[in-house]
Amino acid sequence: MLLSDPALAIGDTPLVRVAALTPANYEIYLKLEGNNPTGSIKDRVALYLIEDAERKGAIGQGSRIVEPTSGNTGIALAALCVSRGYKLTCVMPENTSSERRTLLELYGADIVFSPANEGSNGAVRLAKEMAADDEDFYMPFQYGNQANVRAHYETTGPEIISDLPDVGAVVAGLGTGGTLTGVGRRLKEHNPAIKIIAAEPEYGDLVYGLRNLDEGFVPPIFDPSLLDGRIKVDSQRSLAATRALAQNAGVFAGVSTGAALSVAQRMCTPDRLPEGTKIVVISADGGWKYLSTGAYDAGDTSKLAEDLAETVWA
Amino acid sequence: MAIEVRVPTVLRKHTAGERRVSGQADDLRGLIDDLGARHNGLRSALVADDGSLHRFINVYVNDEDVRFIKGIDTPLSDGDVVSILPAVAGG
Repeated sequence: MLLSDPALAIGDTPLVRVAALTPANYEIYLKLEGNNPTGSIKDRVALYLIEDAERKGAIGQGSRIVEPTSGNTGIALAALCVSRGYKLTCVMPENTSSERRTLLELYGADIVFSPANEGSNGAVRLAKEMAADDEDFYMPFQYGNQANVRAHYETTGPEIISDLPDVGAVVAGLGTGGTLTGVGRRLKEHNPAIKIIAAEPEYGDLVYGLRNLDEGFVPPIFDPSLLDGRIKVDSQRSLAATRALAQNAGVFAGVSTGAALSVAQRMCTPDRLPEGTKIVVISADGGWKYLSTGAYDAGDTSKLAEDLAETVWA
Repeated sequence: MAIEVRVPTVLRKHTAGERRVSGQADDLRGLIDDLGARHNGLRSALVADDGSLHRFINVYVNDEDVRFIKGIDTPLSDGDVVSILPAVAGG
């Protein structure tokens, strides 16, 4: 594969069967989004967000961009901004892994940290304030920008259909809702019987913040009518499944992959999905950016999960 | 029937700081009424005036979002765990 620009390496990720971790009479496949250039599914989204802004004439050489992110979207945007001459500022909760900070700084992005006790919604609040206070900033706003959904409707979804036309269910993590909404819409057009299931990370108290519930946040692009179920997974179960994936299938994935995998495993009973169903799990990223959290260290997994619970891992 | 209810930080002001309380009911509506009777302010924090769950609240029975089961009419059985979580963003 010879490509003239790193951005052209985005997408067309492998779909691999993980028989070792699949209950009998079902098939589970992982779509390995960690194979994208900056190591996560967010490369697809960042490319669509940037190209959308360029097409609208909202940004050009030297433009300043600000975006709230828990990490992966920021890293993906930062890499694209390097070659296109944009200046990126990421607003990120301070309780994210240190690799995210390192990578963003390496790509030349500025980082503004939002307080841990505001949870991940605090980054959204702060970025909105910064964009409102400074007209010079362009904010793609992945949570409210249909280009996010379109990235998955036009690329992730069709790739799944092409590799596995008889897919029966898709499980993906819920962050912006972009993957679930875009993939869900595309797959239900292909076959309305396909089940779309959200795996929602459940964190420790710190990540949810201490603020009023009225300051909660549901991403405007998220369309829950496409979902057939939404299951929460805590750090303990996510980590156990993530480690099992490495130890039994040789796949080194990020913690949110474990969350989605454990939901897929839970779906493998005849009262939920017919026997023989092929389930696609979206593996949003690889494990590299989480090494410093200790999640992959030797030791008592429940203790490691306790520490991880206060880190935003999706 | 005893149902365990996990309460997020923002709602513990209604439960004297307790992170786990228990209730008795055979559906979610009954559980919220039961909790509301013993924990002042909890009911209005969870349910809007029209009787539906608040938009920024997610309620799970044994890890499954009740909006994809039967909403506020989701049946409960002895030993179920009900979790209340604020909606948060990722990405």
